[in-house]
Amino acid sequence: MDTASRAPAGRTAAGPPRRGRPGLHPAVRYLGGRVITALVSLLAVMVTSFFLFRVLPGDPVAALTQGRAVSVDQLEAMRRDFGLDQPLPQQFLDYCLGMLTLDFGMSYEYRVPVSELIAERIGPTLLLAGTGTVLAAMLGLALGTRAGWRRGSLMDRVDTGLALTLWSVPSFWLGLLLIVLLASGAGLFPTSGMSTPGVEGAFNVALDVAHHMVLPVATMVAVVYAQYMMIMRSSVLDEKGADYLTTARAKGLRDAAVLRRHAVPNALLPTVTLIFLNLGRVVSGVILIETVFAWPGLGSLFYSGLRVPDLPIVQALFVVFAGSVIVMNLLADLVYPLLDPRVRT
Amino acid sequence: MSAPADAPRDTGAPAAPVLGAAGLRVAFAGRAGRGTARAVDGVDLDIGAGEIVALVGESGCGKSTLARALLGLVRPTEGRVVFRGRALGHRPRELKELRRRVQLVLQDPTGALNPRHTVYDAVAEGRRIHSGSTADEQEHVAEALARAGLRPPERFFLRYPHELSGGQRQRVAIAGALVLQPEVIVADEPVASLDASVRGEILQLLLRLRDDYGLAALVVTHDLGLAWNIADRAAVMYLGRVVETGPVEDVLSAPRHPYTRALLSVLPESGSGEPQVLAGEPPDPTRIPGGCRFHVRCPVLASGAAAAAGVAERCRGEEPGMLSGSGAAQVACHWAHAPERV
Repeated sequence: MDTASRAPAGRTAAGPPRRGRPGLHPAVRYLGGRVITALVSLLAVMVTSFFLFRVLPGDPVAALTQGRAVSVDQLEAMRRDFGLDQPLPQQFLDYCLGMLTLDFGMSYEYRVPVSELIAERIGPTLLLAGTGTVLAAMLGLALGTRAGWRRGSLMDRVDTGLALTLWSVPSFWLGLLLIVLLASGAGLFPTSGMSTPGVEGAFNVALDVAHHMVLPVATMVAVVYAQYMMIMRSSVLDEKGADYLTTARAKGLRDAAVLRRHAVPNALLPTVTLIFLNLGRVVSGVILIETVFAWPGLGSLFYSGLRVPDLPIVQALFVVFAGSVIVMNLLADLVYPLLDPRVRT
Repeated sequence: MSAPADAPRDTGAPAAPVLGAAGLRVAFAGRAGRGTARAVDGVDLDIGAGEIVALVGESGCGKSTLARALLGLVRPTEGRVVFRGRALGHRPRELKELRRRVQLVLQDPTGALNPRHTVYDAVAEGRRIHSGSTADEQEHVAEALARAGLRPPERFFLRYPHELSGGQRQRVAIAGALVLQPEVIVADEPVASLDASVRGEILQLLLRLRDDYGLAALVVTHDLGLAWNIADRAAVMYLGRVVETGPVEDVLSAPRHPYTRALLSVLPESGSGEPQVLAGEPPDPTRIPGGCRFHVRCPVLASGAAAAAGVAERCRGEEPGMLSGSGAAQVACHWAHAPERV
């Protein structure tokens, strides 16, 4: 009778019921496999990052001393300072050892540790990218569900057409357009930055930041919501013909409830992976938007680092950007079995 | 003599039908360049209380559409569904009673069960829709599972469909229907996707449910052997119309319609001589031939037997009427009714 007592009438609605799964081995093997894959990818990224930016044209020392009279000795001293006088294998070794201890080196341009720069800039990026992604995902999922469920309707065609049009617009162009129209034109929003100097009080600062966020977030949402929408639309379409929907309808479930209780939860499955992948990509994905709106985040840091090239900065950011994709991908792999009982064995 | 009017024979079929079709037609708008598909093209069919009716036909003959129309899932373009003596309305409130009393069991239980719902949720769903979550829900679910042959039911509560065998899944689907204590089950090819070894068990289950609880069933199938095994009455469908109907012994052991004969002749155990493979183009519901809808493929007409009986003209030009939905043995065929037939 213990099985019976574990299945009270009400609790099943609360979520997938837990049940002692015999043998932890498959789960551990699954987890271990994914973690190892992630680590290997990360290693590959580290190696790539080092060589990629050394292939780039441009000499950091020359760029930093441009327009100033410097002696050959001074140039030599700078090179020694940056470690650029070392043979490449030695540089690579130092780089790897540094990465392992999370020491990304000293920025050539700003003369401060790169880790400090990243710590300072990561907050604004997460704020902008996180807000944008959450809004884009919510908008995309809602519109995609509607469009898939009523495929071929006027609403579907208008929504899909609009989303794809915006998706094909370059984000910097849309950002500039919004600045011209709404910021410098109509004067409704600030043209750039994240805050107005001199604003005080927690509430006022929050309001000020939110005001600055409107245009960059709007740009980001407009450009990316289409992918959430199209994925959700097609997975709702996949579910739409499923027999279990017919079963539910034949039992008397209203159309809206069939969609809500059966179709949407199952259609969300493939979408979850995409959302997690994007959570990783948002950090790097906002480079253009941050640059256009002069948002003090990692993206604009990367952009300015590339111009020198400030090797420690771009190397570290490359690893951070790629690493966040890898970590989110890993998270998606780990979350998926919780959502889908079929993968759980 | 008017074409199909057989003298109705009293077959002892149960009286008041619980569910039926009256002059039912369902047409689907065709894709561009194609005409309207008349999937169900005038059918009368009654299912009496405690009666198992087999609806037999090739794929594409409209039998599944007819089943879905009887469930209110497809709106008839003409005619009506009769439920407990009243024409069925298609407003949600009017459908609700039908949805409680008439339950659907689909062919493939793997698709018919939501993969992310436990057995308990799948079975309880019907009750939740119609009575909400009640305190005795668990007892009802357990009873339905037990009636469907899943014992002890508690062991299955928290399983997921993918953890069960095909036969067990179909039993869960049936339990989900039984939990509402329906009067009729409409089963669309209920065993076609199951292993041969499991088929017998599921059919036994349907028979036992009929015997124990008086559950009527409409079993849609392309399998004449299955119809023979479980049905009281058979209706043979061709291109949207019932062409022969009657007690299963009459229809299957002494078929009168050339189409029924052809279907039976290809069964290995039929023993009725040469298998008769139907010639001509496959039936297309967007282009239903005039006259008898079967005449273009009819072996009797092709062999000249119809001409010999003097009905060939009528086969080509005059449509045999609709058969009535009652239990009597009837056939919609000019030749079968021809007095000159030898």
